[in-house]
Amino acid sequence: MMSCKGLGGEGSAAAAAALPHVLAVDDSSVDRAVISGILRSSKFRVTAVDSGKRALELLGSVCVIFLNLNLLLPFRLCASVLHVLPITFVLGLQEANVSMIITDYWMPEMTGYELLKKVKESSKLKGIPVVIMSSENVPTRITRCMEEGAEDFLLKPVQPSDVSRLCNRVLR
Amino acid sequence: MDYSTLRRQITFMKKSFFDQGYLDEQFNQLEELQDESSPNFVEEVVALFLKDSPRLLTNIEHTIGKYPQDFHRLDSLVHQLKGSGSSIGAVRMKNECSVFKAHCNDKNLEGCRRSLQRMKREHATLKQKLESYFQLLRQVAPREHAVNSRK
Repeated sequence: MMSCKGLGGEGSAAAAAALPHVLAVDDSSVDRAVISGILRSSKFRVTAVDSGKRALELLGSVCVIFLNLNLLLPFRLCASVLHVLPITFVLGLQEANVSMIITDYWMPEMTGYELLKKVKESSKLKGIPVVIMSSENVPTRITRCMEEGAEDFLLKPVQPSDVSRLCNRVLR
Repeated sequence: MDYSTLRRQITFMKKSFFDQGYLDEQFNQLEELQDESSPNFVEEVVALFLKDSPRLLTNIEHTIGKYPQDFHRLDSLVHQLKGSGSSIGAVRMKNECSVFKAHCNDKNLEGCRRSLQRMKREHATLKQKLESYFQLLRQVAPREHAVNSRK
């Protein structure tokens, strides 16, 4: 999912970074596949995760790569890699750069609403539009999400037309 | 069987799924997403559903058998099944899940049991129909790709 590209990869990294990157969050493998398919057919880059916890890890994943690299390499090699790392790091950041989050409401452990709150409470992440999906049309739930700063609320099953309309408004 | 006969059979099969209420518009929407970069998208999504749903059905059955009854858990399990079913357009499954949910709300265990049996039958029928459908599609696929590449 995350990778540090070498310096030579600047061209392709820049091109890839130009496509909006959407983070999809859903505990259902079927729904992840459907939302990913819908987003990809609209030419978005998609990363799909199965929980709010993983979503937050990805959104704050800059530090994770740094640490992993240190664990993998012996110390001397590490020191020389660290010179190169800040530059590759910037490219890595561009790839992780999430333009929109689309999340299911009902998930075990952390609901989409709780994820929305955490995103909006974070100074780093609060600018990212968050869309909630739910199979249940509960007006109080919808109101609560919109009041917490959700960009939109989609009823499941999510249809390609819903998503392209939404993305065109939010991302282009 | 020749290509055009296969094509006709596929069209007829799909139409029967819709006419008999097994699938709804959501299935069409998913098929429209298929292109050269993801030619087997619907088959892949259905495969995920057919992999996931037996587990849910087993869990539901297991939970029904438990004492004291855990209607909250039953509701949560059937909610997942209903969700993924409706995502692929499996309307009969979705409707039976709604019936099950209503029985859960009424704490009607016997109703849940009967509904589960119907759900299992619907699931088995849907699985058989969709697998036949994709098997036919696979037979025309090489020809379709050849046709598309000439365009």
